[in-house]
Amino acid sequence: MVRLHADPDRCRGTGQCVFVAPDLFDQDDGPEYKVIILDPEPASSQLLLATRAVLACPNLALTVSDG
Amino acid sequence: MEQLEVPKMPWKRTNGFHPPEGFAQLREGPPVRVRLPNGQVAWLVTKHADVRAVLSDPRVSAKDSQPQFPMLIDLPPGEGMFSFLRMDDPDHGRLRRLLTAEFTMRRVNAMRPGVEQAVDDLLDAMVEAGPAADLVKDFALPLPSQVICQLLGVPYEDHEFFQDRSAAVLDLAAPPEEVGKAMGELGGYLAALVAEKVRTPSDDLLGRVAAAIPEERLTERELVDMALLLLVAGHETTANMIALGTLTLLQEPGRWAELHADPSLIGSASEELLRYLTIVQFGLARTLLEPLTVGGVTMGAGEGLIASIASANRDGAHFPDPDSFGLGREQGQHLAFGFGMHQCLGAALARLEMNIAFDRLTARFPELRLTIPLEDVPFRYDQFVYGIGSLPVTW
Repeated sequence: MVRLHADPDRCRGTGQCVFVAPDLFDQDDGPEYKVIILDPEPASSQLLLATRAVLACPNLALTVSDG
Repeated sequence: MEQLEVPKMPWKRTNGFHPPEGFAQLREGPPVRVRLPNGQVAWLVTKHADVRAVLSDPRVSAKDSQPQFPMLIDLPPGEGMFSFLRMDDPDHGRLRRLLTAEFTMRRVNAMRPGVEQAVDDLLDAMVEAGPAADLVKDFALPLPSQVICQLLGVPYEDHEFFQDRSAAVLDLAAPPEEVGKAMGELGGYLAALVAEKVRTPSDDLLGRVAAAIPEERLTERELVDMALLLLVAGHETTANMIALGTLTLLQEPGRWAELHADPSLIGSASEELLRYLTIVQFGLARTLLEPLTVGGVTMGAGEGLIASIASANRDGAHFPDPDSFGLGREQGQHLAFGFGMHQCLGAALARLEMNIAFDRLTARFPELRLTIPLEDVPFRYDQFVYGIGSLPVTW
């Protein structure tokens, strides 16, 4: 089991995570369009996508941890 | 000075589809100092991991007023050109935040019907006049130009004027005074346009951001610079990705047919083209606010560096068999849009335009082919944004 975390202070609303994994991430309604994690404990079938989204964040706002 | 021993930055390509030779060898070792064509010396960062690290490090500055900032585009000195692209926080954040709403995935997805219509109209016109066309002039350039004009609220009737000036600004072979003149003319044009939007609010990007001027979130001057950045960045880049991307897809027999047969491959084809072609060909210029150790080398405060995203995207440590183009490649983290706080604001829009363009082109022109030999294709070796100047095709 892994857990997704977002640091709202780092997030700049670029939406890269939403592009990579639209089932796992969304953006709020502004004004800064910060990340919303839709599924903080993604199923193993979504792990690869989750990891790619974490790495895709240009502002290093996303992390993934065990358990 | 030790500068006499500094090697030149690899600059000249020997193959239109690959970065200059020399980068592969540079990636074997730590970052080195190189000399740019204008004589400046800067650190050259070439590995994927290192490029990612420097572009996301707050000790690395994008401010072009720093004395050792590597000038890849030789511009006469001036304030604010390229807007927040060449600023650090807090000014960068203050200005860029005014645009976040305009480029969210949701907003960009809502532009899909308009982009599809623009693509279909341009391709209809090509068919009408065909069966021969210059894919650059007739499709790849007008598409993003129309899209960015509509988004910003810039009259598309003026496209010849700003396409011509944008090209001059990004032509590295042009003398600085010509670049300055083109910048000045574009700036004058946009200043008049922005002044109008301040007087009479309009429901377009420039109109909406102009509403923030009375709230003192930006000045009218800053909006003019922002408009210039968005206009130039918004059409040159996407235009060249569509044209050079099409040429790349036509190189290997069967590749175009594969996309025609299975349009679900288009999205990953666009990503692989972004990686493989990396049209911001000379990299991203930065300076160091503090000493920084990159790849085992400590660079000094104030020194300039170039993060070569084209080299990073060919790093075998991140992309297996990096110099081959693969439609089925496992997606890595390509850096074609940059990384860090300055990563391309319009990435989602660029992807949307590319995906629709390649989808419709392969659907409607399954027999698309060049009418000139590859060696006659005018590659844009001296342009800040790499690509091709024309692409004569038939179908």
